[in-house]
Amino acid sequence: MTQNSLPTFWSRKREGFGRGWYKFSRNPLSMVGLSMILLIAFLAVFAPFVSPYPKHAGVFVNFAEASQPPSLRYLFGTDVFGRDILSRIFFGFRFSLMMGAVVLCLVVPPGVILGLIAGYFKGSWVDTVIMRITDIFVAVPPLILALAICSVLTPNIFNAMMAVSLMWWPWYCRLVYGLSSSLRNEFFVEAAELTGAGRVHILFKEILPNCVSPIFTKMSLDMGWVMLIGATLSFVGLGVQPPKPGLGTMVADGRIYMPDQWWITVFPALAIMIVVLGFNLLGDGLRDLFAVEEV
Amino acid sequence: MSESLLEIKNLHVGFDIYGGHLKVLDGVNFAVGKGEKVGLVGETGCGKTTTMKTVMRILPIPPAKVRNGEVFYKGKNLLRVNLRKVRGVKGKGISMIFQDPTAALNPVFTIGRQLMDVVRYSTGADRSGDKIRNRAIGALKDVAMPDPERILSNYPIQLSGGMRQRICIAMALVTGWEFLIADEPTTSLDVTIQDQVLRLLGNLIEEKGNSTILITHSLGIVREWTDRVYVMYAGNMVEASPTKELFSKPLHPYTQGLMKAVPKLTGEGMAEGVTGRIPNYLTPPAGCRFHPRCPHVMPICEKERPPFFDVGDAHQVACFLYKE
Amino acid sequence: MRLGIFLLKRLGYSIFVLIGLSILVFIIARVMPGDPARAALGPRAPEWAVQRVRESMYLDKPLYTQYVYWLRDALHGDFGESLVTRREVAQDIKEFLPATMELALFSGVIMAVFGILLGSISARYSNTWVDNVVRVGSYVGVCTPSFVFAVLFMLAFGYVLHILPSIGRLSAGVTKPPVITGMIIFDGLITGNFHAVGDTLWHLIMPGVALALGGMSQEARITRSSMSDNLQKDYIAAERVQGIPERVINLRYLLRPSLIPTVSILGLDFAALLANAFIVELIFNWPGMSRYGINAMLRKDLNAIIAVIMVMGIVFIIMNIIVDIVVTFLDPRIRLGAERSK
Repeated sequence: MTQNSLPTFWSRKREGFGRGWYKFSRNPLSMVGLSMILLIAFLAVFAPFVSPYPKHAGVFVNFAEASQPPSLRYLFGTDVFGRDILSRIFFGFRFSLMMGAVVLCLVVPPGVILGLIAGYFKGSWVDTVIMRITDIFVAVPPLILALAICSVLTPNIFNAMMAVSLMWWPWYCRLVYGLSSSLRNEFFVEAAELTGAGRVHILFKEILPNCVSPIFTKMSLDMGWVMLIGATLSFVGLGVQPPKPGLGTMVADGRIYMPDQWWITVFPALAIMIVVLGFNLLGDGLRDLFAVEEV
Repeated sequence: MSESLLEIKNLHVGFDIYGGHLKVLDGVNFAVGKGEKVGLVGETGCGKTTTMKTVMRILPIPPAKVRNGEVFYKGKNLLRVNLRKVRGVKGKGISMIFQDPTAALNPVFTIGRQLMDVVRYSTGADRSGDKIRNRAIGALKDVAMPDPERILSNYPIQLSGGMRQRICIAMALVTGWEFLIADEPTTSLDVTIQDQVLRLLGNLIEEKGNSTILITHSLGIVREWTDRVYVMYAGNMVEASPTKELFSKPLHPYTQGLMKAVPKLTGEGMAEGVTGRIPNYLTPPAGCRFHPRCPHVMPICEKERPPFFDVGDAHQVACFLYKE
Repeated sequence: MRLGIFLLKRLGYSIFVLIGLSILVFIIARVMPGDPARAALGPRAPEWAVQRVRESMYLDKPLYTQYVYWLRDALHGDFGESLVTRREVAQDIKEFLPATMELALFSGVIMAVFGILLGSISARYSNTWVDNVVRVGSYVGVCTPSFVFAVLFMLAFGYVLHILPSIGRLSAGVTKPPVITGMIIFDGLITGNFHAVGDTLWHLIMPGVALALGGMSQEARITRSSMSDNLQKDYIAAERVQGIPERVINLRYLLRPSLIPTVSILGLDFAALLANAFIVELIFNWPGMSRYGINAMLRKDLNAIIAVIMVMGIVFIIMNIIVDIVVTFLDPRIRLGAERSK
């Protein structure tokens, strides 16, 4: 009888993923979250094709149809410029998702790397310097500093993303610091050190793989929070600028027309909530998934 | 046999879980007489703790469900009694010691607080603070705790495992046990402490002359400390016998397998185990739950569940081999 | 004594963090493109006036010199002059801070009390309709930004139903009690002006609840999950076996260990509350420091921006210290962790 070849790194990963997916899909709430996200992503990416009035997302005026309540023609009504709210929401998802994705891409690598290093060299000056710097950033709630940063720069979505990124990386650093500093006392790290593995190898091949689950969980939850902050910034006028259809911007735009043309504000607000809800459900599902795996 | 203090009849308990229903206890029959020391042996997962939790009414009742059966204590059906009244019965009658003393003590309160609360509520009356404190200290002395006054102001985390278990015994003591259920009282302790605690427990039991159920998976402990033994497998009682006879004449194939699994001090031969695994409670085997692993399996075993058959002096086996 | 040492260490550490924060904020504020002096005075102001403002803000000196001057002034309580209100920033803050504190305390109390209450109820009636309603509700509460709640409340209760006032802190015609703490509720109670107290409470409801909902939902969820977990623990079963009445178990032996994660989160939730106050105060035109701050940010009023952030930092640090003390009190394992025998 032939011997089975030893499982390779990737075949094990595939099997792990398969098992993980099986467990994840058993949890109804997580699947709801995942479907919501997929739907929103689809709407965002294909917005020009799926929205009923794609041109309304940009500069567009049609005063004849302005301020129409929700109807069959304009499912969520129109705003004061006659733009279809539903289509604008689809395009608004683009900004939200972009904000979340870009911020996380910017924030996670440096935060994780610094956290790994600080945790591994716990007790040394490297640790002290890095952690004191993060302490300064977390001394104030992120939104406040983000507001401040945005206010000194020209208000637009890119600067908003930079501002939020600047505020966000310390949280990943701290998360990974906690993990890394406790993991570094584990036997497998000691074993690697004894066999002469270089520090880089230890950090990335030994410690990091064990941190992946909490990092992923945090990332999926953070997508929601970052988008929330993005919407808040837009609401105050520091994020997505009109006439672009940022979700927070739309809520702000519609505020002065309350309560009569309530739909201009309420529907974008609901959209924000749904996006954040989706990512929260997804993140919670991932957290439950990983928590049980560890037992 | 003296009249039973505690009697469990045909108990069926299940757990509702996400994937279905776990049929854990499948018709358990169990009796303890006055002053008897009964051992309950079985491997982890066979339902020993579940049975006891049902008696004490501390099963988490959503997932768990008592599907059938009765539990009589001093003639009263504990399952039907209002929960509050059971507490009266429990507090003044049955005490329980848990497996893991660390988990059994509330970590954020001092020993003194917990112990004194037990004194206050289990004796029913509102005694003065001093009397309660003295009673608590007395209980600690009874379990040979050094420096009881200091212990009162300590937190569980500051004490060793052996000390924690002794405090749990003290708490059981204070509720005035007529009937003690000790769920693997020494399993989570170091071997050197195990003997100490067991000896303490044994002495207290001798002194009070009360009935005891000693749950364990260690045959050695059973042999030394019990009068009678029940062997449990996968939610069923499979054998019940006076202790000496169980060791000299194990009848149920599972019991025989257990005996063989203990390595002999003389060092001859390898210890044998029992092949196979405990069944899946979602889809347990039909008929006798042990039949897939039984070396003497017969066709009837796959269809019907064997009841207890009397075999000689107070010795019962749930196996069709002994039907006559 | 241990508490004293602990406090001293935290204070020293906090001062360090505050200094670091001030440097950070300072850099952010001064690195802005454009000329703040010109921006403040407007395009039509004469050059000599702009130059004077520049000098008063030391804008022509190198950055670290600017910082040193700022620090020296700040330690004397002088945060410079607001380019918007033309008053001393310190004075502005003194005037507006109490209103924010009142709002924050009101929301904070609602958040903590109702959050824990709802979480406990949810855990007690686990898996029944009560539990499900609370869980869904708190999920929604967590995912919805405060400003959405604020806007919706204004719509529903302010405009449509007309029961709650939408603007400001006191209705016109109600005399404000003399300033003792600056917080109308306390001042009113002390001086016996109950009309003002009632009126302020009425005004506090909408912004307070809008701010509190996010944190309340978070607290409810954590309380629920920690209580559910603890209900399964052996020590609860042991306590039942020992005859301790259910009421005592719930109120004492279950509550304290369950509160530990909740209180730990309270600090973060309070921070989020303070941050969201910036927006909510703007929406309700609440005359607080956060509204002042956000206006300062929108108008690039540098001195005010820096000062507001520093004050926020101090408040947050104090809050964290309080939370840490409470948690240590609740969970002896933390302070005894080093003393474990075995």
